[in-house]
Amino acid sequence: MEAAIIGVGMTTIEKCKVGETYADMAWEAVNKALNDAGLGIEDIDNVITTSSDFWDGRTISCMAVGDASGVRYKNCSAVEGDGTFGAAYALARSLSGDYKTTLVTAHSKGSEGISSIITNAAFDPIYERGFGMDMISACAMQARAYMNATGTTSEQLALVSCKNHKNAKDNPYAQLPMDITVKDVLSSEMIADPLHKLDCSPVSDGSCAVIIANADFVKKIKAKPVWIKGVAFCSDAYFMGDRDLSKAKALEEAAKKAYSMAGITNPQKEINVAEIYDAFSYQELMWLEGLGLADYGKAGLMLEKGLFNRDGKLPVNPSGGLLSGHPVIAAGLYRIAEVVLQLRGEAGGRQVDAKRGVAHGVNGLCGQSHCVWVLDKEK
Amino acid sequence: MEDIFKGIEPQVHKSQISVPYQWWAGQTASIFFITLRDEKKILGTECPQCSKVFCPPKKTCPFCYVDTKNWKEVGPKGKVITYTVVYRQLAALKKNIPVVFGLIQLEGSTNAMLHYIEEIEPEKISIGMEVEAVFADEKKASIHAISHFRPVQ
Repeated sequence: MEAAIIGVGMTTIEKCKVGETYADMAWEAVNKALNDAGLGIEDIDNVITTSSDFWDGRTISCMAVGDASGVRYKNCSAVEGDGTFGAAYALARSLSGDYKTTLVTAHSKGSEGISSIITNAAFDPIYERGFGMDMISACAMQARAYMNATGTTSEQLALVSCKNHKNAKDNPYAQLPMDITVKDVLSSEMIADPLHKLDCSPVSDGSCAVIIANADFVKKIKAKPVWIKGVAFCSDAYFMGDRDLSKAKALEEAAKKAYSMAGITNPQKEINVAEIYDAFSYQELMWLEGLGLADYGKAGLMLEKGLFNRDGKLPVNPSGGLLSGHPVIAAGLYRIAEVVLQLRGEAGGRQVDAKRGVAHGVNGLCGQSHCVWVLDKEK
Repeated sequence: MEDIFKGIEPQVHKSQISVPYQWWAGQTASIFFITLRDEKKILGTECPQCSKVFCPPKKTCPFCYVDTKNWKEVGPKGKVITYTVVYRQLAALKKNIPVVFGLIQLEGSTNAMLHYIEEIEPEKISIGMEVEAVFADEKKASIHAISHFRPVQ
């Protein structure tokens, strides 16, 4: 594919950035991305913002963040959902030939709202919303379905959390760097059985920006490009009762398409690093299987063998993942930015040896929709 | 940030968005709810092509992308597809903890319905367990015409 990521910018992910508005955060992320690419805002010819009205507490929120994203008198469009989907839109624009540089922004101020009430409003008001379910309780049902189908244990879930919080210790952007044990996870508060507090990602503030350019533009600049080799997304049914919650069928389809575009036939061998959407501990294992990076039902065992550790065969979430900081909407774009740093060899203390990586984003309840990115050091 | 902003105590502005809505349930859900209320019967819709029956009912079949045609009575027994026991009083909950949510596949239905599971100690619930609908005392044309599900007695 003739497009590359030429700049990334991230703010630190924090529990509550009380000193910064959503626009202050976006300003910081955008300017970091521009500096990273060696560009000025005048070099950006179009912008995609991603946001969510309920999380922002503001309708038409995509337009409000425009000023901080430098959209004035530029072509700007928006995606309501995870940043990976916004980036896919940006990629399509680059490939169209009509745009040379697309800036993608995503921000989250989780600290300003109430996650349980916001995610409850994602349920259908006629059939489901009145029961009072939210993201955590819905995902707890999925965790149980997955564990029941595969035999994955609570200890294996806990190990995901231990690994990722430990990885976060070398990530200056992470919110929750911690040394914790399986016992710590299992003895933390049981919020919604089988999910303990330490199986759940925190609510976070943060913003991320990414610049995507077509190959012609990349030739003209000094920035170190990371090439986009395959991108695909796929969606499952809206109602949880219409899906097999124990499997990530939509992710399997998205991954298959993305790998096929990238010419990858054996992802377990050909992918060297993965940053995936671990909003809950079980999700890292489930999504690894959906991505074909683990055999179905075997991700827990592979994790126990250390394969997904930073020094393992396939490092997964070397940044610490969402468990160490979860700015909703921006979270997937952070995954892309992290893989970009890894492939450039600029990931500092969390650096792994990688030529090709996968970044993954999710939209909707219990992974209704998935977006998969295959990125490469080489064109 | 620039130095000129250093040492400023951030002020917090508290507010909320409160917008009343009224959602028209549609013909399909209306028939389903009225039958629940007046006859204590649970209806699903059947796809004329694949013969799958959907409860909660759908106007169209998501598999064949055609209109569903017939109403079929389903349940009131079913099995637990998956469930969770919520132990933290999360802000969205309408009941006091512990609250048990389950996806219940009713006899004769292809898909599963979200509802409460009650009248059982949470530790004793399992996937695959047989449950039955308990109707609410109060007449309501809504999903809450079913009060909850309980183990088959």
